Amino acid sequence: MKIIILGAGQVGRTATYHLSRDQANDITVVDANAETLRELRDRLDIRTVVGNAAHPRTLESAGCEDADMIVALTNSDEVNMMACQVAFALYRTPTKIARVRAADYAAHPKLFEEGGLHVDVLISPEQLVTEHVSRLIQYPGALQVLDFADGRVRMVGMRAVTGGQLVGHQLRELPDHLPKRDVRVAAIYRQGRSVQPEGDTVIEAGDEVFFIAARDDIRVMMKELRTEETPVRRVVIAGAGNIGHRLARSLEDENDVKLIEHDAVRARFVAETLRRTLVLVGDAADEELLLEENIDDADVFVSLTNVEEANILSAMLAKRLGAHRAMALINRPAYAELMEGGSIDVAISPQLITIGALLARVRRGDVARVHSLRRGAAEAMETIVHGDSRNSLVVRRRVEQIDLPPGTTISAVVRGEEVIMAHHDTVIEVDDHVILFLTDRRHVETVGKLFQAGARSN
Amino acid sequence: MNLSMVQHILGLMLLIFSLTMLPPAAVSLAYQDGHFQPFLDAFLIVALLGALLWFPVRRARRDLRLRDGFLVVTLFWFTLGLAGATPFLVTDVPDMSFTDAVFEAVSGFTTTGSTVLVGLEGLPKSILYYRQQIQWLGGMGIIVLAVALLPILGIGGMSLYKAETPGPVKDDKLTPRIAQTAKALWAGYLLLTAVCAACYYLAGMGAFDAFAHAFTTLSTGGFSTYDDGLSHFGSAAVEYVAILFMLAGGTNFALHFLALRGRSMRGYLKDAEFRAYVGILAVLILVVSSSLYLTGRYGSIADAFRHGAFQVVSLQTSTGYVTAEFAAWPGALPALLMLATFIGGCAGSTGGGIKVMRWLLVFKQALVELRRLIHPRGEILVRLAKRPVPDRVINAVTAFFAIYLMLFGGLTLLLMALGLDQVSAWSAVATSLNNTGPALGSVASNFTGVPDSVKWTCALAMIIGRLELFTLIVLFTPDFWRG
Repeated sequence: MKIIILGAGQVGRTATYHLSRDQANDITVVDANAETLRELRDRLDIRTVVGNAAHPRTLESAGCEDADMIVALTNSDEVNMMACQVAFALYRTPTKIARVRAADYAAHPKLFEEGGLHVDVLISPEQLVTEHVSRLIQYPGALQVLDFADGRVRMVGMRAVTGGQLVGHQLRELPDHLPKRDVRVAAIYRQGRSVQPEGDTVIEAGDEVFFIAARDDIRVMMKELRTEETPVRRVVIAGAGNIGHRLARSLEDENDVKLIEHDAVRARFVAETLRRTLVLVGDAADEELLLEENIDDADVFVSLTNVEEANILSAMLAKRLGAHRAMALINRPAYAELMEGGSIDVAISPQLITIGALLARVRRGDVARVHSLRRGAAEAMETIVHGDSRNSLVVRRRVEQIDLPPGTTISAVVRGEEVIMAHHDTVIEVDDHVILFLTDRRHVETVGKLFQAGARSN
Repeated sequence: MNLSMVQHILGLMLLIFSLTMLPPAAVSLAYQDGHFQPFLDAFLIVALLGALLWFPVRRARRDLRLRDGFLVVTLFWFTLGLAGATPFLVTDVPDMSFTDAVFEAVSGFTTTGSTVLVGLEGLPKSILYYRQQIQWLGGMGIIVLAVALLPILGIGGMSLYKAETPGPVKDDKLTPRIAQTAKALWAGYLLLTAVCAACYYLAGMGAFDAFAHAFTTLSTGGFSTYDDGLSHFGSAAVEYVAILFMLAGGTNFALHFLALRGRSMRGYLKDAEFRAYVGILAVLILVVSSSLYLTGRYGSIADAFRHGAFQVVSLQTSTGYVTAEFAAWPGALPALLMLATFIGGCAGSTGGGIKVMRWLLVFKQALVELRRLIHPRGEILVRLAKRPVPDRVINAVTAFFAIYLMLFGGLTLLLMALGLDQVSAWSAVATSLNNTGPALGSVASNFTGVPDSVKWTCALAMIIGRLELFTLIVLFTPDFWRG
């Protein structure tokens, strides 16, 4: 697939990195800064073009004429939308994705309907990260909470600890623990390595377990893996940037939220727009301030500033001062790996969260959702089944008959309103949404082909 | 300073005001009370004065500046106080001194309602009508003053209101121009007065009394055509009608206007100030009525409630009708009721006092200060209806309270120096500054027995209170007169 990425900022670079790993993709990156592009070209096998992302001349030299997709990720909403518009008007580019941060645009869906702006998909990294963090806060103890089928099915990743009812037991005992509930364990990671979940697999303390369940069954399952967590009431957020601000707004009605911001002008602005949040002016790494505001009472401390080192340090400090759980926004995968599970509880990776929305678009077959996991090594995806039993390798077949690549499991099937946990004898039908877990993302291509209509005749 | 333009406006105003001598003259003819001549004289005198002021500067055509505004508004009330006294001076019935006449007129125009007249029943109908009319006109002036003029000068509750609160008043600006706004509000005022008069009539009053009292109910004035006021009628129905329309008079007229235009009561319920206003009244009514009942002052709960509610609403809205001798009520009740006058009505109403809006803001500010003690680094804002209130507004309100308190203390001392006892002194100042009417002690029902010096002081206090302090006080700052 020929893809043009506009903007080589943080999101743009991550997208480039992830998309270029697929051999099938031809990537061209456009940015105004030649230096950034050179660095990127040194590391990855891509083409680069220097210029204004929305100018037709730039787009033309980037090969827009025969591009399959344009992904506009510059830091200007307007440039992004304009670029999509230009790509449509001049080159009829089939798929146009734009990063649009301002909530005001997204609040008017009519803008992007027929006759409006030609943007097929809007991506707002801030919004995605905000939703991600607020789901984590909603389920204390979770490391990941991923939505599928509009949130009717969720996949949760969490670390098993001694005291959880299922810890030390075989997986096949799960139905006895949770009668009338249907939960599937999709993957288990033990000391960083994937363990195929079978009936006789014993869950050990320290395992990172991914399970999938209908939304209402999540909490009971979490109790199986950890001792019960009290619901979150007190949240302390460090950094009142876009994400911190949005998060405070989404949490303030049901939680006591404190928001720490060092810039007095920004703090004032944020205080005016939030209703119940207590905005504090100061440094999130200031021990005195944290103690003054009873950090030892906080259920969750989340640091979301622009500086990841500061996020790590303030989260570590908060954790040491007694915050129950500490999360930090960390961009670099290396840092995230260092920190998570040790000095802080959850490392939030904005790129991984954002990239999923892009990956869903470049995949073969009809893919509704992609969640990139474990720094991009694994993937959970929701794909829609098309075709019929004559030309498809999956339609009207039982799960055990499907020839899945190693490390890949079918976890659940959503059929209309119905959520079905996949068993070996579950039969896949047309239009099912199938949720898969891939412990090795290299098999993505194979899985894509498998689910494509017409795969059988090939 | 544009003095010729100021003079031009005042002259015109007097010319217009002279016309208001004609309705009482008509009343005199209708009731044949033999009082036609004094009103005709007053009409001619005021018209002549106005013409004399206006004629020399009739060609003055310059835009008023902000500063001229302060002067015009202040002089407006002083001039009307003096001009309004004319009909009292040109007649023998009632026989009033210059001091008394001015006091009565100022008390009328500021919708205070304190009086120096006794034996009202014996006075000509036209004089009685004239007093009521003064208050009604005063109410009209106040609405425009409060809703349209003071905000332009940057003073008063409404300016905060318009700038800072969401909801009806801000979202639909009433109308773009002062003249249109004034007309719209007057229409509402007129309509409410008519409805009030009709209710009084249905409740058993005569037509004359119904109109006369409707005039002073909506304006939260409190003049009556009888010495014993509304209790003259001895009717619970009359009193409940009065309670309802006093409440209306103490409500922001912009809310009335929007309710009438939108045919919906939702605006009232959504308004933070109105909710606080009704809430405070409800609590006071509960406290006063239950005290009256429990102390055995009234034998039945119905009586205790009727008198308690009436006195509370009448005093807090600064109307000043009295149906019971509340000054003689047991315990803290008299002082409580006098203190309630400091709360007053809503911003943009005809009510006096400090206004609910300011209390609301100062109270919220106090709570915020307490929270700031607990969270020294918190960015904690005063909010009204969920919107943050700018610091400037809060500062203005705090300054208002400080000046109010200083004036209250200073004037009380002055009245004591002039010979009043403590209770009479502080209650007389309270009733004047808050434009209420009745007080305690020697001035409980009227101001007949006090020295002239006290009357002048109180008349001044009424105008100061009516002009929300700043309008008048700013004239005494050196900066005002400097270029």
